[in-house]
Amino acid sequence: MRSERILVKGNEAIAMGAMAAGCECYFAYPITPQSDIPEYLSTALVEAGGEFIQAESEIAASNMLLGAAACGKRAMTSSSSPGISLKQEAISYMAGSDLPAVIVNICRGGPGLGSIDPSQGDYYQATRGGGHGDYRTLVLAPSTCQEAYDATIEAFDLAFRYRNPIMILGDAILGQMKEPIHPWKTRGRPAGEAEEWSLSGAKGREPRLLKSLYLSEGALAGHHAHLVEKYRTMQDEARGEHVWTEDADLVVVAYGSIARIAKSTVRTLRAEGYRVGLFRPVTLYPFPSPDLAGLAARGKRFVTVEHNTGQMVDDVRLAIRRHADSELLTVYPGVLPNPEDFEHPIRRLMDTENQPEEARHV
Amino acid sequence: MYKEEQVFSAPEVMVDTPMHFCPGCHHGIIHRLVGECLTELGLVDSTICVGSVGCSVFIYNYLRVDAVESPHGRAAAVATGVKRARPDNFVFTYQGDGDLAAIGLSEIVYAANRGEKVSVVFVNNTVYGMTGGQMAPTTMVGQKTTTCAGGRCQERDGAPLKMAEMLASLEGTAFSARVAVDSIPHLKKAKKALRKACEVQIQGRGLGFIEFLSACPTNWHMTPLQANARISKELTSYFPLGTYKEPDHTQE
Ligand SMILES: Cc1ncc(C[n+]2csc(CCOP(=O)(O)OP(=O)(O)O)c2C)c(N)n1
Ligand code: SF4
Repeated sequence: MRSERILVKGNEAIAMGAMAAGCECYFAYPITPQSDIPEYLSTALVEAGGEFIQAESEIAASNMLLGAAACGKRAMTSSSSPGISLKQEAISYMAGSDLPAVIVNICRGGPGLGSIDPSQGDYYQATRGGGHGDYRTLVLAPSTCQEAYDATIEAFDLAFRYRNPIMILGDAILGQMKEPIHPWKTRGRPAGEAEEWSLSGAKGREPRLLKSLYLSEGALAGHHAHLVEKYRTMQDEARGEHVWTEDADLVVVAYGSIARIAKSTVRTLRAEGYRVGLFRPVTLYPFPSPDLAGLAARGKRFVTVEHNTGQMVDDVRLAIRRHADSELLTVYPGVLPNPEDFEHPIRRLMDTENQPEEARHV
Repeated sequence: MYKEEQVFSAPEVMVDTPMHFCPGCHHGIIHRLVGECLTELGLVDSTICVGSVGCSVFIYNYLRVDAVESPHGRAAAVATGVKRARPDNFVFTYQGDGDLAAIGLSEIVYAANRGEKVSVVFVNNTVYGMTGGQMAPTTMVGQKTTTCAGGRCQERDGAPLKMAEMLASLEGTAFSARVAVDSIPHLKKAKKALRKACEVQIQGRGLGFIEFLSACPTNWHMTPLQANARISKELTSYFPLGTYKEPDHTQE
């Protein structure tokens, strides 16, 4: 049920989404630009009877998450790029142990300490597993505060549906901007969720073991077969948003905050008569390749716009490879682009067959 | 004619299976003590074991309790998450000295300082056992290992860490002791101390920490008997046995 609209930051929308989803445990370590999430939950979650810990490090926070996840709790952590790198060890273990958890990355500029400016520099890390080993996390990429709220609620359901870590990938623009959202009441946590497998003490049943170690011959291969099958069923979750793609000659592919800015550009160019559309991946893993392949089969041209030096373009090219290629327009991390910044390069692309060199980055 | 009578048996919670430890290794004895304590305190049904990385990584093969594995060193953080999620369960970690005192030092210090209501079994065998006998934070000065072939040098490597003493200094630690299982009298004391490390959790007092001086005959290049002798002759002079912190009963 939708209620009154309220004005919140993207980060607060995520924290409120976690509360609405019945989050029971949250562990974190401060880092800009996501610290509004622990600040919000340090009060809201505790008042609701949940567990909040400001850990001594991101490493500890993500391992606390692992512990709570093993107990079948709805649990979450959040951080930003350098902190996510530290969390990756435990994320890999959670993926290897089939544990559900929600991890929020409000990405900032890097590599290294970089800056707290907006960036989409963690796309590879988010979509390729990120930590060691052969695993995947399902990745949701909201582009508005409302979507950030909705995605967080959905992330908890997905985490338990697949018994897998789920990542919400935002950036400093989404985390720090304020806009109205409709908070809504969820149906709450399904009864008996996780009762089949979580740890609670082996009273009246056989002991349960949650692990990622498979030493005996063939055992790890069997475990991977299981994981691959899980990732295959996850493909059903792949989805993206189409904006004027139907009659477009050129499709702009962008996600998250940049997709939102690019949408304004597309609107302006449409008004000028350019047949340009936008495709916005909503899930980054699984990548909505079938949608893009379908557009490519219908003869569209593509330009991928990213707030990094070119990462998602790999997935776009893989998706459309049988029919087309994608140009790349990148915004270097640390720059905050305006819709106008994309107009000139996209116009040039549409006016000429070849991509002019200066269109490469803004 | 003899009448057969069983006078000694394994506690129910122990799985009846050969252990993978080397001959003379104390991990097996310490596992058993843990099993006995869980049984005697009536905790078997409510226990969640947090395993670690090292020779003891298969602890879940020997105890019939719920268990989760943790990354190397992070057991205290994982146990924090488990205990916060399930405050009514009994939660313990089982960690080696490389695990707890090197890579996991931050996690154990902060878990203790927060007074997490968990019990920590710390097995100090002065080497990294599983990876082939490299220098540990607890390796004795002068002790030879594969990464300090000339012997640990205090100037280069620092002095061996005394975890039982260090953690005893923290407010949240309710109980801290160092014990050994190299002799029957030591073993009896060890069992008592282990029970206390468990009881402070049940009583909700804070973190219970117990450090076992443990033999690693394989990486010490000794027979099991020589390894036992090393504990009583050499190790206990630098790592004194005893209780470093216990609840103040006068305050009850
Ligand atoms: C992050 C990480 N670093 C290193 C290792 C390799 N490793 C496995 S066991 C171990 C040492 C364990 O030694 P200790 O904790 O003393 O236990 P023991 O084997 O002596 O019982 C190391 C370094 C690892 N598994 N993970
Ligand atoms: S290597 Fe050492 S610690 Fe490991 S099982 Fe053998 S004796 Fe025990």
